[in-house]
Amino acid sequence: MLLNYSQPLELNKLTSRIDAALHAALPEFWAVVIELVLVGILLIATYALLAVVLIYVERKITAFFQARIGPNRVGKYGIFQTVADVTKILIKEIIHINRIDKFLFYTAPFFIIGASIMAFGAIPFGQGLQAVDFNIGVLYVISVSSLGIIGVLLAGWSSNNKYSMIGAMRSGAQFVSYELSAGIALMTMVVLSGTMQLSTMVESQRYCWNIFNGHLPALVAFIIYLISGHAETNRGPFDLPEAESELTAGYHTEYSGLQFGFFYLAEYLNMFIIASIGATVFLGGWMPLQINGWESFNQLMWFIPSYLWFFGKVAVLIFFSLWVRWSFPRLRIDQLLNLEWKYLLPINLVNLLVMVILVLTGLTLTDIFK
Amino acid sequence: MRTFSEYLRDMFSGIRSLLSGLSITWKELWTKKVTRQYPENRDTLVISERFRAELVMPHDENNEHACTACGICQINCPNGTINVISRTTETEDGKKKKELDRYVYNLGTCTFCNLCVITCPSDAIVFSNNFENATFTRNKLVKQLNHEGSRLREKKPIKKAGNEAEKDSQTA
Repeated sequence: MLLNYSQPLELNKLTSRIDAALHAALPEFWAVVIELVLVGILLIATYALLAVVLIYVERKITAFFQARIGPNRVGKYGIFQTVADVTKILIKEIIHINRIDKFLFYTAPFFIIGASIMAFGAIPFGQGLQAVDFNIGVLYVISVSSLGIIGVLLAGWSSNNKYSMIGAMRSGAQFVSYELSAGIALMTMVVLSGTMQLSTMVESQRYCWNIFNGHLPALVAFIIYLISGHAETNRGPFDLPEAESELTAGYHTEYSGLQFGFFYLAEYLNMFIIASIGATVFLGGWMPLQINGWESFNQLMWFIPSYLWFFGKVAVLIFFSLWVRWSFPRLRIDQLLNLEWKYLLPINLVNLLVMVILVLTGLTLTDIFK
Repeated sequence: MRTFSEYLRDMFSGIRSLLSGLSITWKELWTKKVTRQYPENRDTLVISERFRAELVMPHDENNEHACTACGICQINCPNGTINVISRTTETEDGKKKKELDRYVYNLGTCTFCNLCVITCPSDAIVFSNNFENATFTRNKLVKQLNHEGSRLREKKPIKKAGNEAEKDSQTA
């Protein structure tokens, strides 16, 4: 009851009002169609906007890690730098390459960006701000984000360029390996929360985030998830698919203009998606910090809208990703595969088993302090 | 074959070294930024004395320089950047004397090798720190270093010192 007054900035009231208005004014079918279109446009707009913001933030933080100031000419503190960059990339010519597999070459960017947007749609951004809420949400996100690798392989194959090919093959090997670890780490948390639906997962973490609830195995799973998620985005120390000193730019060497922009956009948004899935599954998603019993404190926390909580948690994870990126040198391909197959995967499997035992014997934090 | 304990030890030492790496970059994140924002920091800009930006000929307050128009700098210049144009004048006692007319320096072809300054016998030219030399046309890079109506500085102080030294030796 009190919650109705304590959430002035939540967007779910607005969305339900729009929903009610549409249903009152239009027949059922058209109301749903209009809502679908609206949600789609909103998602794509958020997608593009987030990419612009992320690129700016990345460039700033990178600069700070290297004792530089970073972009500071376009607008105050350079905040319009990426807007200018995006404008430039939009009006650039798409260069046509001779002797490429035309159909695959031009469809590859859409595979990548499509997979990325599909995963993006399933993220719960806040209370009532989730476009698709499957009861197998975690599985859906994993499977859909794996589709992106098809685009990478197609891009490398169709470019008719040995560097692109090597880059794509490396990316494929890396992605297939690390997808396994990320998946099992998420499965560990599915065992803990007993559901695959992202919304119920968030709801179940109201008083105790999963990472605390499952203490040791949850922490191990979190670290493994971060490492493998980072590797999946082809960044940081795992950027050997596009190792610029060896392969010029890897699988997107031959792309230019907007097509290159698609790859670029998808790379940044994949970082965001990995971080937001991590925040949702491990850190309680959009749920504000709630402590069982402290009612007034909980109410106070609700005054910060849920989407801000979500973006805050995601920002912490993204910062961590950048921190790692500017700390470690690039791995060799054998080191990369060693790390996955000899360390992360065995630890992960044991960890999953430990988590199952933990849940079955009632040793999770909420079970202990019941 | 590696034992299981070796495997664990490898893993934990790896984690420890990763954490130490992270701590170093964390400290680096908060260090003072080294970027100098050039057009804004013009007032506080520090440029080394040794920086060779542009050749200049120092003139004193009487509009006098030290160039005797000997042309050694022109001979030493590796790519013909310097052109010393001299004229001959007659002094009061009828002697013919070579005097500097125009000292032409082409900044556009200068490699800043410093050979002219090193070889100048009368230290008439130096490199200045004024580095903002951008122009819209190449002609503006060709500069005349001696000012209008400037003259050669008389070597009186040195002569005077010499006379005094002679006097000193005589009295002694």
